Amino acid sequence: MSDNSQDISQGGYTTVDGRKIGGVMMEMKNITLRFGGVVAISDISFNIHEGEIRAIIGPNGAGKSSMLNVISGFYNPQEGEVWFHGAKRPNMRPYQVAEQGIARTFQNIALFEGMSVLDNVMTGRLTKMKSGMFAQALWKGKAEQEEFENREVVEKIIDFLEIQAIRKTPVARLPYGLKKRVELARALAAEPKLLLLDEPMAGMNVEEKEDMSRFILDVNDEFGTTIALIEHDMGVVMDLSDRVVVMDYGRKIGDGTPAEVLANQDVIDAYLGVSHD
Amino acid sequence: MFYREAGDFKTTYADDSQTFPIKFDRYRYYLVLAVAFGVIPFIINDYWANAVLLPFLIYAIAAIGLNILVGYAGQVSLGSGGFMAVGAYATYKLMTSFPDVNIFFHVIIAGGITALVGVMFGLPSLRIKGFYLAVSTLAAQFFLVWLFNRVPWFYNYSASGQISSPERTVFGYAVTGPNAETWVAYLFCLVFVTISAIIARNLTRGASGRRWMAIRDMDIAAEIIGVNPLKAKLTAFAVSSFFIGIAGALFFAVYLGSAEVGDTFGTTKSFLLLFMVIIGGLGSIFGSFAGAAFLVVLPVLLKNVLVAGLGWPTDTAAHLEILIIGGLIITFLIAEPHGLAQLWRVAKEKLRLWPFPH
Repeated sequence: MSDNSQDISQGGYTTVDGRKIGGVMMEMKNITLRFGGVVAISDISFNIHEGEIRAIIGPNGAGKSSMLNVISGFYNPQEGEVWFHGAKRPNMRPYQVAEQGIARTFQNIALFEGMSVLDNVMTGRLTKMKSGMFAQALWKGKAEQEEFENREVVEKIIDFLEIQAIRKTPVARLPYGLKKRVELARALAAEPKLLLLDEPMAGMNVEEKEDMSRFILDVNDEFGTTIALIEHDMGVVMDLSDRVVVMDYGRKIGDGTPAEVLANQDVIDAYLGVSHD
Repeated sequence: MFYREAGDFKTTYADDSQTFPIKFDRYRYYLVLAVAFGVIPFIINDYWANAVLLPFLIYAIAAIGLNILVGYAGQVSLGSGGFMAVGAYATYKLMTSFPDVNIFFHVIIAGGITALVGVMFGLPSLRIKGFYLAVSTLAAQFFLVWLFNRVPWFYNYSASGQISSPERTVFGYAVTGPNAETWVAYLFCLVFVTISAIIARNLTRGASGRRWMAIRDMDIAAEIIGVNPLKAKLTAFAVSSFFIGIAGALFFAVYLGSAEVGDTFGTTKSFLLLFMVIIGGLGSIFGSFAGAAFLVVLPVLLKNVLVAGLGWPTDTAAHLEILIIGGLIITFLIAEPHGLAQLWRVAKEKLRLWPFPH
């Protein structure tokens, strides 16, 4: 296993391409997650630095999505601690995690099919909308003001992701690639500190993958958003990410820069198999 | 040609998010309001008011309420008859206990009480969904009817077990009781319908509506983006029951004048309201009106055609009427599962291009 993670465990570091990365934002300490007798994640620790793109990779069933679900509050691990911004996080419901500034997308698109693209992206701002029922019923005062302020933020994100033309289209009518982009827009609308992407390129062709990669890099670059992503396309992972966690059968088998991980014998064994002769 | 957006530029978000963004639509809406408030009260007669207009208006409020719960928030409810009864009995108790207070406030407070009851029976929705929730709301229906039947306090210990509304006035005109004039009752209901529709529309196009629809479309994703499912579902139950309670209050106090809970607010009423919402179109305020109109006007129309037009005996017509309505509902739902609101939407899309569709 690489020692790199120890070197940079607390302070910031500089990436290969010269970007300055901040200190630790999120720290997973000895996370163990069990479903009955099945151990989905066993004793995994890793951290995510402020401003970096962190990838989680591993063969199918390695526990990557479960890990993301732990971060986003879907599952509460039986053992271990989640530290966020230097404070231990108690067990939380997903909507409380959202309020802390963590947004995510799903492996199978989870958009609100009955709503337009604009409404879908506006839902990303719901944590910021606090006006009471009465103000909303009258569409006056704080409710109206809030609506338009948040609309302005949403319009910027719609511009950023180049989906202006489909603003008023019902989501159910969109093709797959665009849906993925709308889902990213919805997550970005929350202006998250940490953005979790569960297989953002799954099922895309090369061109769409290139678009999506560009958006991910732009998000990281322009908004300074920290990104943790799960992806199976090794080319994409190695190009995008600053550091990579490799999981297999619920255990961590590698952690470090893409180059280090690629050279790691355990990782090679997990992906290519071990010869027994 | 009619619904043309070309040249109608929106320069503010306020313009863009208004209820009727298309000019033609907006003027049509003003016209409907003008006719409803300015013309109909002068030409109204007893038959039209009692057979069509009053039930249509009152059911429209109830359908708006149920549509918020079923159509927007995706929580199926079969308890709306019971909630209407809560509204009715609450107004009755308020009218008899505080005769000096204006009935306008009684109706609104009755809505508030129904909202509280609705929230209470909405609690199971936090754990159960779909058909199972429908069954648990059916329990509300049976319990509430039983309660109003069995506890004499609710009907002021009257010998018949019925409640009947005493005469109450607004601006000196009797709204309830035997001396109430039709046009007063009509206007009273119309005011409530208008306010209800505007409030419902404002709620559904803003943050609350998005929370409800998010829960409806995918509750897991809704929670992940920061919607508290407990709050979203219970507010849906509260707002929905508020409107249904107001409808129940008006139905009893203004339309019927007297009521017996089992007959008036039984399961049949719950299903009738649900049919209105489904036929009108789930998740559409216009659909609530359309559904209410469809199920109120259709029987009247059929009766007129069968009895007056074809000269059938009244009882045969009454039986066949039910058959025909049932058949029409089925045919209609097969042809357009998304209801009258969807037909209207499609018609509008077509009208935008008419007469040059290419």
